[in-house]
Amino acid sequence: MDRRRRLSGWGRTSPSVATVHAAGDDADLRGLLARVGPRGILARGLGRSYGDAAQNGGGLVVDMTARQRVLSVDADAALVSVEAGVSLDQLMRLLLPRGLSVPVSPGTRQVTVGGAIAADIHGKNHHVDGSFGQHVTALDLLVADGTIRTLTPDSAESPLFWATVGGMGLTGLVVRATLRMKRVETAYCAVDTERCADLDDLMGRMAEGDHRYTYSVAWIDCLARGRSLGRSVLTRGQPATLEQLPPTLRTRALDFSPRQLLVAPPGIPSGLLNRLTVRAFNEAWFRKAPQERRGEVQGIASFFHPLDAVARWNRIYGPRGFLQYQVLVPFEAEDTLRRCLGMLSDAGQASFLAVLKRFGPANPGYLSFPAPGWTLALDVPIGAPGLGALLDRIDEEVLAAGGRGYLAKDSRLGASAVARMYPRLEEWRAVRRTVDPDGVFVSDLARRLGL
Amino acid sequence: MKDALGNVQRILVLGGTSEIALATVRALARQRPGVQVVLAARRSDRRATASASLAALGIEVAEVDFEATDRASYERAIGFVFDAGGDVDVVLVAFGLLGDQERAWQDLDAALELAQVGYAAAVGCGVLVAGRLRAQGHGAIVVMSSVAGQRPRRSNFVYGSTKAGLDAFYTGLGVALAEDGVQVVVVRPGFVRSRMTAGLKAPPFALTPDQVAGLITAGLRSGRGTVWAPPAMRWVMLVLRVLPGPLFRRLRI
Ligand SMILES: Cc1cc2nc3c(=O)[nH]c(=O)nc-3n(C[C@H](O)[C@H](O)[C@H](O)COP(=O)(O)OP(=O)(O)OC[C@H]3O[C@@H](n4cnc5c(N)ncnc54)[C@H](O)[C@@H]3O)c2cc1C
Repeated sequence: MDRRRRLSGWGRTSPSVATVHAAGDDADLRGLLARVGPRGILARGLGRSYGDAAQNGGGLVVDMTARQRVLSVDADAALVSVEAGVSLDQLMRLLLPRGLSVPVSPGTRQVTVGGAIAADIHGKNHHVDGSFGQHVTALDLLVADGTIRTLTPDSAESPLFWATVGGMGLTGLVVRATLRMKRVETAYCAVDTERCADLDDLMGRMAEGDHRYTYSVAWIDCLARGRSLGRSVLTRGQPATLEQLPPTLRTRALDFSPRQLLVAPPGIPSGLLNRLTVRAFNEAWFRKAPQERRGEVQGIASFFHPLDAVARWNRIYGPRGFLQYQVLVPFEAEDTLRRCLGMLSDAGQASFLAVLKRFGPANPGYLSFPAPGWTLALDVPIGAPGLGALLDRIDEEVLAAGGRGYLAKDSRLGASAVARMYPRLEEWRAVRRTVDPDGVFVSDLARRLGL
Repeated sequence: MKDALGNVQRILVLGGTSEIALATVRALARQRPGVQVVLAARRSDRRATASASLAALGIEVAEVDFEATDRASYERAIGFVFDAGGDVDVVLVAFGLLGDQERAWQDLDAALELAQVGYAAAVGCGVLVAGRLRAQGHGAIVVMSSVAGQRPRRSNFVYGSTKAGLDAFYTGLGVALAEDGVQVVVVRPGFVRSRMTAGLKAPPFALTPDQVAGLITAGLRSGRGTVWAPPAMRWVMLVLRVLPGPLFRRLRI
């Protein structure tokens, strides 16, 4: 049943071939550990990490999406126990009608709970709610010796918990987790939208007002230059209360059944997204946004996951694929952020909107990405000459300011850069060694970055 | 592991003093600093010079002894490189011998040496390297073929025959390995100004090793299986291959 398959990340770059095993029960997974070869083993969720994090060339890759049972729901305590292959989409469809929402949602619902833990993902609410790992009350980790450890965030085993949260699958297989869900009255958000003229305007509004909102994110037109650098649309919101809904929606306030509208076809050539087409798109998008609009009611799906309406949209970048560049720049280093954005817009790398968000406090995760500061993320098609050198230069700026890149998105950092970006890497390695001294759990990302 | 932009981390050169191979290493290292390379060649001053020239560019170089006429030697070299150190992203198969072409079809020792180095050892190394890259689940093989293998010519047909065999083997290997995530690039240069051709009269479309290297790296990036150098050679050879024998011989090329 195991099949050799070519696997890549969402960006469809640098694939490798691995033996893919659809996860069976715990005994099956234990048996798998007994026959791991020299190329090791790795869990894979829905493959929504952009680079090579969920690949293990020549080794075993366990497709965890085969473990997708919801084990128990305690609505009173807002706790849900699930197998690690359950997706956030599945959880929302099941639990929103019961008034429970996922505590942290990335830009797509198509990620597994295991992947969300391994990357310690963040959403638009990081500044108030932190990242995904902070809402995990317990998890079961199958480690290299074949035992399953039940880990909690604050117990004797907590170092391993926090090495697994953000640990990119390198401590073991997360097989089950218990999550604390968020109570909501409706499946809608009340959203305020503002257009911002430039980067200062944007950062000013975010710094001043983000604390009043649960959700906040800004979309920047990267092709706007000079005085318009940082021209953007800021959207912020709260979970909508029943009262905020128009009467027609109140009777089905918790309905959640988003539809997929389109499937991007295969065979789109690279280069369709070029400076011209993207500029036109960005311009139209900016003009479409209202100067200011308050209290608009938006469905959770369209507010959080607008891209999910088009299945396999990563195909629009063509066969060469694309990468996502996401960095964190600490507060007080706003000048660095401005310089980085300037470098990107000067280079005119055709990018759709970049996303800017303010992070709140970090959690104890050794390799967790979020920390107080600004995070900028953008998609860039592969192919433009000089792209690598440009991003290397921006990395240097980010590093000099004490910032970092996001491993779940990375597909091109170097080992030395990562060691400097994650000062707790050595501590993490020490914890990992206690359960996996031989490095049985390994990925292409780990090999590339020497994790 | 290769990154999203096609930057590589570790390269193995079999025939570590080949000028085209060294130029290719330089081109790959220019894309991004921090490349490691292993030069497998006979222990010689030439190898030391090649190694020093790459090290001077900030490339991390290691040397390993490699003798194409000795199966035990190339088995050991390839085994050692893959066992010690990280994954190999690109293997350049670049050893070869031109030899004295007139002796080569009349002298048994000379003929067999050419056949051993130019064909048999290339096949042997291909088998070993293919096995290792399959086990890794990724990687690329770049092999130096030649337009001389496309249609035998009076002036160098023994050399040409080894390249014809090598070309067929690696072209097939590329198909066999496609499912394994391993790319095989068969490079078919025309005339390249190098040590091997020093003293020969260069035709108008002669290329430098650096130019060939540029075409090779572009081929690696685009996932191509064949690289002609220069690209127009492909059409020239298409015509030459179908030219009737008497006509072809009269061309005296
Ligand atoms: C359109 C889009 C928008 C996104 N927006 C955001 C965002 O806003 N915020 C954010 O933080 N991220 C975002 N991401 C990234 C995404 O949330 C993460 O990459 C996430 O890890 C993907 O989950 P997955 O199930 O697809 O995991 P995969 O990509 O399959 O795997 C990711 C990592 O998790 C490990 N892993 C998976 N399952 C397990 C398991 N059961 N046990 C142990 N390790 C496991 C893998 O080994 C790998 O290292 C976005 C991605 C896309 C495509």
